[in-house]
Amino acid sequence: MGTAGGVAALAWPLIDQMNPSADTLAMASIEYDFSKVALGQQVSIIWRNKPVFIRHRTPAEIAAAVADDHASMPDPATDASRVKAGKAEWLVLVGVCTHLGCVPGFGGGEYRGWLCPCHGSVYDTSGRIRHGPAPKNLAVPDYAFTGPTKVKIG
Amino acid sequence: MSGHPPSTYEPKTGIEKWLDARLPIVRLAVDMMDFPTPKNLNYWWTFGGILAVCLMTQIVTGVILAMHYVPNENMAFNSVEHIMRDVNYGWLIRYIHANGASMFFLAVYIHIARGMYYGSYKAPREVLWLLGCIIYLLMMATAFMGYVLPWGQMSYAGAVVITSLFSAFDQVIPGLGTAITTWLWGGFAVSGATLNTFFSLHYLLPFVIAGVVVLHIWALHVPGNNNPIGVEVSSKADTVPFHPYYTVKDGFAIVAFFVLFAWFVFFAPEALGHVDNQTKANPLVTPAHIVPEWYFLPFYAILRSIPQKLIGVLAMFGSIAMLFALPWLDTSKVKSMRYRPTARWFFILFVLATLGLGWCGGKEPDDMVMTMGHTANGDPTGFSVTWLSRILGIYYYAYFLLVMPILGLRETPNKVPTTISTPVLGGAAMPAGSTAQAEKKG
Repeated sequence: MGTAGGVAALAWPLIDQMNPSADTLAMASIEYDFSKVALGQQVSIIWRNKPVFIRHRTPAEIAAAVADDHASMPDPATDASRVKAGKAEWLVLVGVCTHLGCVPGFGGGEYRGWLCPCHGSVYDTSGRIRHGPAPKNLAVPDYAFTGPTKVKIG
Repeated sequence: MSGHPPSTYEPKTGIEKWLDARLPIVRLAVDMMDFPTPKNLNYWWTFGGILAVCLMTQIVTGVILAMHYVPNENMAFNSVEHIMRDVNYGWLIRYIHANGASMFFLAVYIHIARGMYYGSYKAPREVLWLLGCIIYLLMMATAFMGYVLPWGQMSYAGAVVITSLFSAFDQVIPGLGTAITTWLWGGFAVSGATLNTFFSLHYLLPFVIAGVVVLHIWALHVPGNNNPIGVEVSSKADTVPFHPYYTVKDGFAIVAFFVLFAWFVFFAPEALGHVDNQTKANPLVTPAHIVPEWYFLPFYAILRSIPQKLIGVLAMFGSIAMLFALPWLDTSKVKSMRYRPTARWFFILFVLATLGLGWCGGKEPDDMVMTMGHTANGDPTGFSVTWLSRILGIYYYAYFLLVMPILGLRETPNKVPTTISTPVLGGAAMPAGSTAQAEKKG
């Protein structure tokens, strides 16, 4: 027991060194001014080395997402649960396909949301997985509106 | 090496005797050269030697490239351009290394297929086969990490997809997969930390491979080589010394193989690459059509053909695990498929299925093999690449899990010769001295 504990104590630093370093962890949050993102546009910014989509949704995109709230899907969620109350036009998503991590492109697939170029996962205009190999919806990061045109991610 | 006959080495000079009593390394080399080798080995047996030269080529060119390459996310891509444009003969050394990886896999696939056809994995060579499977796994890990180092768009996308395979374990224990990917990445996505880790391991693993190759050759020298008729050596008349018979034969095959190698290096150095990798890695954009290198395509097709993430990942790793289990799945006592007329057809179908999976892996999943109509949007419908992948993938598994166990019990093999010399000498027992003309078969 003592030997195993000693070996584990020695091995742990050699293993843990590969986990995110202090300076990587320090990049925990960023702020973004979205005043220049026009209706129907989307920006991709980098947060923790990952792309984050900030999409200014059109009323048609929102309506299409809300209309499908109770459709059958792999990871059911309402559109309202994926945006901040009263800010349904702003959809903030981690732009990483939940299958194998590629960056989905907007406008493709039968729901005209996101389509992943790698293995064909189809997301709707709420970023919910509709079909394809991805198991989960595009993740919504922790974020808050810190001003009329400012959002803080992380 | 216990399979060797009594050593014939006689140290003659004083220095040889002195060394032999302290480190019998000359004795080892002489015994290796004298090793009794079945006299009927055909050209499929030359790929072991070809692979040894491939490994040496990769190590020599790789060590040189590391003298000029910078494993840093901001400088890696430019340092590769520096190698290609500025370093003396850098273009040549890098093209040898990059195409060398493909040549290495071409040779290893032929080597594996030879072992499967002639039953080289069967008793008493199971450990030899397992060591070979470990080398193959190490080769795949090394090739994957090497492909990431140029830090182009395909490098980046490949690193993302392959490391994200482990995120499937989130479906077993929530959080486990994420913990593994975070650890592999050294961050929250593939980044500079990942690149440095991969560079370190890419430099290390070839030497691990070289170590396992030593064990592989050791395990080969205990029972000795299998051979095309799959009958064990029964007397000295069945063998010839490794040198000069097989040094010359392997040497000729190595030269022929390097003609093909040189053709790629000098005339089509980018034929096996992807144009997207000429663009520096950009985490915000994934190239529209990402595919792995050709040697991973069959496994990629299996992964992609299954809509459920965890099962897809397990099916992909499982397709390689099948190779490890093969010695215990094949129930036939007859080694060589030369004497298994039914098994031979199943084997040919297996090779075609694997090549077919490779073809599927290079296509888009929704591409049609056979178009039968169109949807309202004008998209074609019919028999898709995904469905072809599923059918071929099922056959790939069935070959190992159904054909190999069942066929061995049910088939009637052809008559197997009693010794290696019999098929050439018409079955009559011949004195050892009269077998010389049989060597042209070798």
